[in-house]
Amino acid sequence: MTSAALALLVPVLGGCGLAAASPLVSSRRAGAPAIAVGVATLALCAVVLGGTDGRVVAWFGGWHPRGGAAIGVAFAIDPLGGALAVFVAALGVTALVLAARLIVVEDLLFDALVLVFLAAMVGFAFSGDLFDQFVFLELMAIAGVVLVGYEVGQRAPLEGSLTFGVTMAIGSILLLFGIGLVYGRTGALNLAQIGRELDRGPLDLLVVMAFALIAAGMLVKAAIVPFHLWTADAYAVAPTPICILLAGAFAELGLYGLFRIYWTAFAGVMGGEEEVLRAVLVGAGALSAVLGAVMCLAQHHLKRLLAFATIAQVGLFLMGLGLLSVAGVAGVALWAAGDGLVKAALFACVAAVQHRWDSTDERELHGRGRSLWPLGIVFAACALVIASSPPSGSFLGRALVEDAALAAPGYAWVPAVLAGVNAIVAGALLRVAARVFAGWGRPARRDARAGGADEDTTAERDQPDRGAATLWLPAAVLALIAILGGLTPGLADAAARAAGAFVDTHAYAAAVLDGARATIPDASAPGPTATALLYAAGSTAGAFAIAAAALRGAALPRPVHRSVEWLRAMHDGRPGSYAAWTVAGTAVMAAVLTIGLR
Amino acid sequence: VNALAYVVAVWLLLAGLYGVVTSRHLVHLVLCLSVAQSSTYVLLLAIGYRGGGRAPVFSDLPAGTPVVDPVVQALTLTDIVVQATVTAVLLALTVQAAKRFGSVDPDDLGALRG
Repeated sequence: MTSAALALLVPVLGGCGLAAASPLVSSRRAGAPAIAVGVATLALCAVVLGGTDGRVVAWFGGWHPRGGAAIGVAFAIDPLGGALAVFVAALGVTALVLAARLIVVEDLLFDALVLVFLAAMVGFAFSGDLFDQFVFLELMAIAGVVLVGYEVGQRAPLEGSLTFGVTMAIGSILLLFGIGLVYGRTGALNLAQIGRELDRGPLDLLVVMAFALIAAGMLVKAAIVPFHLWTADAYAVAPTPICILLAGAFAELGLYGLFRIYWTAFAGVMGGEEEVLRAVLVGAGALSAVLGAVMCLAQHHLKRLLAFATIAQVGLFLMGLGLLSVAGVAGVALWAAGDGLVKAALFACVAAVQHRWDSTDERELHGRGRSLWPLGIVFAACALVIASSPPSGSFLGRALVEDAALAAPGYAWVPAVLAGVNAIVAGALLRVAARVFAGWGRPARRDARAGGADEDTTAERDQPDRGAATLWLPAAVLALIAILGGLTPGLADAAARAAGAFVDTHAYAAAVLDGARATIPDASAPGPTATALLYAAGSTAGAFAIAAAALRGAALPRPVHRSVEWLRAMHDGRPGSYAAWTVAGTAVMAAVLTIGLR
Repeated sequence: VNALAYVVAVWLLLAGLYGVVTSRHLVHLVLCLSVAQSSTYVLLLAIGYRGGGRAPVFSDLPAGTPVVDPVVQALTLTDIVVQATVTAVLLALTVQAAKRFGSVDPDDLGALRG
């Protein structure tokens, strides 16, 4: 319990300390203090996770609930939340290490902000209180806006940060409106208590609207279509270490928040109408995944390409979680962990390339990466993990999601979409690896519409050649962990156990409100079947085929090309249009849920 | 009175969002965002309102006096702090945009597209 509070306090105080010391320090000393604080946070999160044999519930100030009514605010940590915090802290340390190598700034404010960002993410993973979750999300968003726009002297980072900030603000307004409605109905902010109170009442318009608004607020963070428009801009301009946190943690936390709230607060009252909700969530995920994959294939700016890869992957995760089953949650947990590590490795590779040649454009970089061939091998290996090739952790995760889809009647098409989207995204990445690091194939064509997003950040180019080795090493280590994760015995079973606890609404409420101390039952996940291997082989082969076709200079089929042009026009970099899409998406989702659920 | 408060909250939300979508000036855009944000204050306070309720300070009130809900007031206060930060950051970015590029029209943005 103390360690849970410390895991939040240490990075916050560390960040404040660094910010306070910043004017006194003449030059930044390789980020060592920030890395030390990050490692301490990671260790504390690991201690918390090690202690979650059951659930850890910590009431701040000793305000324990009386008679099933929560008076204070609580951290309620189950194995999934604890594991997520460890994962986030690990990515945070990686980001800090890379920042120490890449970003030359005169003060400590960058590190301080990263630590605050990290603290908010850990707090969000631990929180058992709806309003606390909102506050942590806001803290994340504000720290994120400043970090994304860190190179504010240039045009592109300024614009990316502005659109990011406006979209996040609209998302939080919608979220808070939903929280207000929930409080009006239940008089509670504790998730478990909300769940019990809602369960006593009917599933009426107010509950549906509240859920729709909360879901929209979370999906803005998770970058699900049509709430995703900020993503590519923010990733393209953010310093690479921040991209790692945005791609590997921020988006996943949005999904975690949505499903944490669903399973603790809304599962009881909406449980009877699961079918409608499942259709909406899986549908939104599929739309996101397909759109992200197509846009990914059409990009030649490496960071934007990775941004769309993230949108596609997060869409797949939403499909898995949206199946609303234990196997789906377990599969996505494994898959997202592997994916986050690989994404971090890919961004590290891009950072090394950008560092060396001051460009993130596939055309300009064509063949120039030959001297950095080890980086190319890491990049290609990461692409194969994205394709969920065995034996990576992603493969195990996707196999579990496939099982979950086949168990739900009417969703037999899901595994094909998963495999197809994985193949397209991995194909685009393999194409990049072949062009940049081997110089194969024809150079990429010019993007007709893409504007000046290639403007690069000055801070990342100031150190000639000091870091090539230090950059490919962490990338290789991250990729290796992602691959070996699939071979770790017991990992899938642990994920199944954590997922079982995550979806157990009643046990969660009993632990939080009644102080029940039940241990979480062990569970075992079925091993991957022959079908899973077949799908994995399919997406791997598909990835190679797509990469080969792209290298030969094959153009996209005409209708696809036309829709890509239309989609590009949708990403126009203006905060007003992003706001319009966000509002429209929320309205459509609320309407569909209202019609379906009532 | 209560129903009107909810109508006002929804109206503020929609009006603010309309302003954000159609804005031609970044300062105007950020202020419209503040209008939309204030809808949540109205909503929260309306939820906690009790007819005839006193301010929830019990030092000079006998126990059992009806009071308005103090929790939503705490939430609103927190919310105001959070949203003020967001507004400050966005306005700072606007100032930078005006200083460096001499434009505060969102339609001039678009270095990032596609």
